[in-house]
Formats: sequence, structure tokens, C-alpha cells
Amino acid sequence: MTPVLEVENLRVDFSGRTAAVRGVSLQVQRGETHCLVGESGCGKSVSALAVMGLLARGAVREADVLRFQDTDLTRLNERGMARLRGDKMAMIFQEPMTSLNPAYTIGSQMAEVFERHRGAGRRAALDRAAELLGRVGITAPGLRLGQFPHQLSGGLRQRVMIAMALMCDPELLIADEPTTALDVTVQAQILRLLQALQRELGLSLLLITHDLGIVARMADRVSVMYAGEVVESATAEALFAAPTHPYTRGLLACIPVPGTVRRDQPLGSIPGTVPRIAPGFSGCGFRDRCTHARPACAETIALRGAAPGHLYRCVLPADWT
Amino acid sequence: MIPGFERHEVAGVLKLRHLATAFGGLIVGVVLLVGIFAPLLAPHDPFAQDLMHRVVPPAWMGGSPANWLGTDQLGRDYLSRLIYGARISMLIGILTVVTSGTIGITLGVLGGFFGGRMDDVVMFVITCRLSIPLILVALTVVALLGSSLTLVILTLGLLLWDRFAVVARTTTMQVRNLDYIAAARASGASLAHILLREVLPNILSHLLVVATLEMALAILLEATLSFLGLGVPSPLPSWGLMIAEGKDYMFFSPWVIMVPGAALFVLVLGINLLGDGLRDLLQAERV
Amino acid sequence: MLIFVFRRAVLALLVCVTVLVVSFALTRLSGDLAASIAGPNATAEDVAIIRKNYGLDRPLTRQFADWAEAAASGDLGRSYLYHAPVAGLIRVRLPVTLTLGVSGLAIALAAAIPLGILAAMREGSAIDRGIMLVALLGQAMPSFWLGLTLIIWFGLNLQWLPISGIESWRGYILPAIVLAFSAIPALMRLTRAGMVDALSADYIRTARAKGLSRSKIVLKHALRNAAMPVVSIAAVQLGFMLGGSIVIETVFALPGIGYLAWESISKNDFPVVQAVVMILALFYIGLTLLADLMNAVLDPRLRAS
Repeated sequence: MTPVLEVENLRVDFSGRTAAVRGVSLQVQRGETHCLVGESGCGKSVSALAVMGLLARGAVREADVLRFQDTDLTRLNERGMARLRGDKMAMIFQEPMTSLNPAYTIGSQMAEVFERHRGAGRRAALDRAAELLGRVGITAPGLRLGQFPHQLSGGLRQRVMIAMALMCDPELLIADEPTTALDVTVQAQILRLLQALQRELGLSLLLITHDLGIVARMADRVSVMYAGEVVESATAEALFAAPTHPYTRGLLACIPVPGTVRRDQPLGSIPGTVPRIAPGFSGCGFRDRCTHARPACAETIALRGAAPGHLYRCVLPADWT
Repeated sequence: MIPGFERHEVAGVLKLRHLATAFGGLIVGVVLLVGIFAPLLAPHDPFAQDLMHRVVPPAWMGGSPANWLGTDQLGRDYLSRLIYGARISMLIGILTVVTSGTIGITLGVLGGFFGGRMDDVVMFVITCRLSIPLILVALTVVALLGSSLTLVILTLGLLLWDRFAVVARTTTMQVRNLDYIAAARASGASLAHILLREVLPNILSHLLVVATLEMALAILLEATLSFLGLGVPSPLPSWGLMIAEGKDYMFFSPWVIMVPGAALFVLVLGINLLGDGLRDLLQAERV
Repeated sequence: MLIFVFRRAVLALLVCVTVLVVSFALTRLSGDLAASIAGPNATAEDVAIIRKNYGLDRPLTRQFADWAEAAASGDLGRSYLYHAPVAGLIRVRLPVTLTLGVSGLAIALAAAIPLGILAAMREGSAIDRGIMLVALLGQAMPSFWLGLTLIIWFGLNLQWLPISGIESWRGYILPAIVLAFSAIPALMRLTRAGMVDALSADYIRTARAKGLSRSKIVLKHALRNAAMPVVSIAAVQLGFMLGGSIVIETVFALPGIGYLAWESISKNDFPVVQAVVMILALFYIGLTLLADLMNAVLDPRLRAS
């Protein structure tokens, strides 16, 4: 079965100064939720932008494979990418407050996607917009269409962003930390909404987040990123049951679980901070913070299998302690 | 910053900007020196008329080496007048800025620091000032009170303070709420001390940028007023006045207006380059 | 919204009155008006007669009140120079200046906005630097010098365009260009700065993610947000141009308000001066008010508050 999105060895660097992404490989199957998880600065957002072709001038993107369904994205020019964006591939972002243009109504901003990709008229586009607003759980959609972004709350705006992304019935939705800027209660609503939409529409979802709780709840497959590369990739169950990479284990140890954490016991933490990677760096980016680092870590490490469908990037054996 | 959307400055651009600023500074410095040392540099007396040699073209256009830039309609040496004109322009620029700066900064700081009623008054005064067409008022004042160098400086000084006031007010308002002001207050510092020793030094750099812009404006305005006959009085060698006096001859002897005009252009350009460079330096520091 | 308009209008009115009072006081304070009208050869008697005839012996407040009252009904006095009603003089000349100002602004906008947009889209490139250089040069150029230079060039060498007077509409071209030159640098910089900010905003990223075309993104999404300050500055620039018209009209010998202003000021024709100051101040204040209102209309966020 062809994956909806296939990425192999994606690399991005900025004007030769920072190697933001050093080798990301992942696949998103049809109808699947694939979570890309990592701390801020690990390159997950950049990877998503790179897939969509939304990087700024001065950024260089390379990949061995970058394929959306049957289309080779590396071969498309800006025009070609623009045709896909908003139509078959859609993206929503972290900051709903600033992601909508304050000068135009919700209706106008939603309608233009439909008009652009389907050649529809204003009336038809607005009807579709109203329908989708209802789909994402917004009451009185007709009223909302005429409102301006500043008249809506953060949660509502994010729902609008989701509805807007769905206007042309995309195959793939990339969501870059869609709930980070929202209140906790609203977060849960948005996540529930995404799950429901996925079931109803058969949407494939690439969800970027730093929150393992969200991963546990939403993910079918997970890719863990650190310092520009994917260090572990598995199904959600396998990842939580048998985390293999030292970083993943460290991350999971950081989560206090009620009932298992005892008083007087220190909370888990990973000493150190995420490094900035300069071009020319090779080997594992985690080695300065890893208690098991050894000289071999400075060489390029390939992904290995811990189990079928469970890959990790480390010199240690899968069952290390 | 959104990853992937940072604007990356190419190293070359920065260097060009520094070059431009240095060039501007050089121009201003040269003109300043020329103005200061005018008596030593000018080959002739700028006021000495020689009716036997009127409207002589510059040396390279058929004139004589005695008057390198030729003479004007009263036989006065153009080069000497140009050099002394530098003196007038710099005097106007500097003194006007000092006057307007004092007025504007005082108003702006007071309004920005105290807020409330005081600020309302300051804003009203600024709005009034912004509502009047500069040239018109300057012309009227000079016409009514007679033209003289002092009067022009005073008039311009009393008119060109608005940008000083606006910038001083805005920056003071930003600084007012910072911690070191509160600390100074808490330790019982007097108002004068706070304003002069805490607020002012921190807004000075912005005001310096304004000062360069206002200086350029003052010089241009004086030239315009003098050109219209209502600025610096004849026979003073103001560049603007020289252009006005040469207007009648400009078709036959275009250098009469090209030379002083070019001098004005170069000086104002230099000041603007300097000011822009200062502003960029400020922004770079902040980032 | 209505309250906002009301407050601004009241402020504008206050400013207007202040300006009028101050200008009136200035003209009266400059010494003996009667003496200067009478001229250097007048006897003391002549001066006294003139003072009586022109009502200059009454208290200042009385003079101002009379003037204000007459002005309100359209009578702006009589010119000392032309011996004709000031209102008539202004009525004839105002269209010339307005035509000049509006065409100057049109040229300035037509040049500055596209160049500003281009500079922003190619930020940091050679094109951007080139455009900014042009802005710098324009800022440093004395307008009257530019005018004279163009006159020499066109008058002497090219002979296409008339260099003075307004017998045909062609007579407006050179003056309008010179006037535009003074406004282009500021407008260009502002457009560029606004576009640079707008283009780096999150909603532009969203627009790109929606697959909208380049022109749509720049012209619909970015420009709308960048235009707000430009619109208000344009109104203010028009005001500057009205002031600048004094110089330009004198250089190109155009019979407009600016030329009238210069003439009346240099020749102490006070009724005209007073009237011209009032007209120009009214325009200035009106334009600033208009600019604020346009800002409010264009920015939905301001409307709500």
C-alpha cells in the first residue's frame, strides 16, 4: 500500500549556518495518525515546513525521497507545490491568534481556498465554509463567516483553521503543535475533534508535538526527533512499552505517573540542553547528555531494528539497561 | 521566530551600510571644517564685488584661474562664496538643532514621563504645531520681522521641534516603566536627577538620529527661504540665496545654480547617510 | 466609532482656532501695519488716516472678532495689493494648487508604492538597495533646485514641456513631478517597511500553506495590512505638498495659492496672508482628520474600540 507521505533522509540547512534537519525519515499511511515528537529546537517544525515547501528563502532542502502519494515533491517547482497546498496537502499551525489575517473576515479567508483550487464562485465557497464550520463544531456558522479573527477566542480560531484546512478535502493534514497555545480544556476538545474528523473523512494526520500525553492519546505511529534527526520510530504501543533510544527512555522517565512516583524520589530529568548543530557535525546529537556515550557515537549511526517496525538510531543494543 | 522564516542578512550588505555611513560622516566633517576654516580657505573676500568681471564661467569652462568657480552677477568669487556658504549652512544646521532639540526634548520628556494632564497639553501643542504648514509660517515670520541670520535660526528653531518632542515622548514612555527608574525613585532620587541622569542618557541615541534628520531639514528649509527671498539677507552667501540670485542667468550660465545646488544636495545627503547609519546601528544593538 | 470621530473633530476645531488666533496676532504684532501700508513716503497724517480706514485703531480682539465674523460669511477682506476681494483671488487660484497637489500625490503614489512593494519582496537584494538609494537621493534634493534644473534641461535642451504657466495641462507635468519627488522617499520607505512586516507575519505563512498565488498573497493579504500607515501618510503628504506648492509655484510661475501666499507675504498684504494661512491650515487639519478616519475604517480592530 503506498503511503500517503514518504520521507527519506530529509535534510535542511539555513544559509550554511545551521543544520536544522539532519536526516528525517518517516512514512504516513492512509488514515493513520503519525506523531512527530521532540523538544523545541529539534527540527520537527522545520521538517513539516520542508515537506510543504514553506521554508524561507535561504533554506536548502534535500531528500533522498520526498513523495506525496505518487508525486515526487522534490521535482515540483513553487507553482506545482502551490497547487497541492491547501488542496491535497493542508497544514495548520501553532498560533491561531496570528495565523489569520486580521483585515479579512473568516468567510473570505476560508472561501478563497475553495475558489482557488476548485474554481468555485463565492457563494458556493461560502456554503462549503459554513458546512465545514458546522463540522468542526462551531455553532451559528453563518454568523461566524462574517466575523473578523479578533472577534473569536483562541479555541474557536483553531477550529476555524482546521475547517479552513479541510475546505478542499485534503488527503494529508499536517498539524504543527495545534494545541500548544490553547488552554488545557480546549486542547482536549481540539484533539477529540481531530480524531473524529479523521475517522469520518479518512484523513491522514501528521501531528507534531512535544507533549507525550498527546502522543499516547492520538498516535498510531511515533517518530521521536532529537537535534535534527529521527532517533526512534515505532508504533505508539511499542514505543511506550519498550522505549529503546536513551533519549526516549529519558523522556518517558520524565513523566510523573500518579501512583508510581514516590515522595523523596527525584523526578526524572535529562541533564543538559538541546544543542545547536552546525553543518559538518556527524554522529549522535545526544551524546553530550547521554550517560552511555562512547567514541563510536561520533560516527554516523544508521537506523537499526529493535523489533519488526520498531527502528532506533543508537550504537547500544536494543535491550540495553 | 518561526523556524525557517528568519531573515538572513548577507554579510556584504552590512559592510556597504557601514561604508555609506562613513561616507556621510566624511562629507559632514569636511563641510564642517570648511565652514570653520573658511577665512583660511577662501581665495577671495566673498563680499568683494568686481563689476568688471561679472558672470565669469568656471576655470574649466573658459574662465580664468583667478576665479576657479567663476564669479556671480556682481563679480564676487563663487568659490569663496561657496566656502563661506558652508559656514552659514553648518551654523544654521547646528544652532537650529540645538534650539529645537532643547524645546522638543523638554516637552517630550515632560509629557512622556508625567502622562495625564501634562501629556494632554503636550500632545495638543504638538498637534497644533503639526497642523501648520512650515514654510508658510517661516515666511510670514521673516517677512514681518525682517530677514537676518539670527531670526532665521530662531524661527526654524522654534518650528522644528516636533519630531524631537514625539520621539522623546515615546522613548520616555517606554523607559518610564523600566526597573531602574523605579529603583531610582525608591532610593529617593530627586525628579531632576531621574530625568537628567536616568531617563535622558537612555533616550539620547534615538534623539541623536532625530537630530541629524532635523539638521538636514533645517538646512534645506533655510535654503528654500533664502531662495524665496525671505531667509538670510543679501549679501550673505547662503547657498539658497546664491541660487535665487543666479536664477536670472541660469539659462546662459547654468553653473550659477548648479554649483550651490550641488553643494546643498551633497551636504544634506551626507547628513542623511550619517543619520541612517546611526539608526541602523541603534537597531542592531537592540537586536 | 462615532465618539472617536466626534473627539477628533473637536480637537481639529480647537487646533484650527488656535492657529487662526496666533496667525492673526502675528500679523498685527509686527509693528505698525498702517505705516507699512502707507509706505515710506507717507506723512504721519496719511498713516493716521490709513489706520482709521482699515480699522487698525481698534482693540485687537475687536479686529479679530470682526474678521472672524466676516470670514464666516465668506468675506475675507480686500487685498491691499490687488484692491480686490480676497475671497475672489483665492477662488481663482485654489483649483490650480489643488490640481498640482493631487497630481503630485498621484505621481508619488504611482511611483512609491510599487517600488516599495518590490523592495520589500526582494528585501536585502541589490534591487532593494538600489531603490532605497533612490529614496535617499530624493530626500536630499532641494525641490527648488530640482525644479530649476528641470527647467534648464527641458527648456533649453528638450523643449517638450512648457516650463512656466498653465496654458495647457502640460504645464502641470514638470511641477507635479518635482512635487512628487519630495513625497516619494517617505512613501516608499513606509510602504517597504509595512510590507516587510506584513510579509513576515504568520498569516502570510497560512496564505502560502493554502496554496494561494504569489500575487494574491502580496496584493491581497500583505498589502492590505501594510497599506494602513501609507494611507494616512499619503494624506499628510498632501498637506506637505500644499506647503511645498509655495516654492514650486514660484519656480514655475503657476498662478496658485502658493504663489499668492509668497507674494502676499513678501509684500505685506495682510488680509491675503491671513486668509491663505486659514485656508492652508484648514486643509492640513482636514487632511490629518481624514487620515485618522481612513485608518479607523481600514483597520477593523480599531473600529471595535
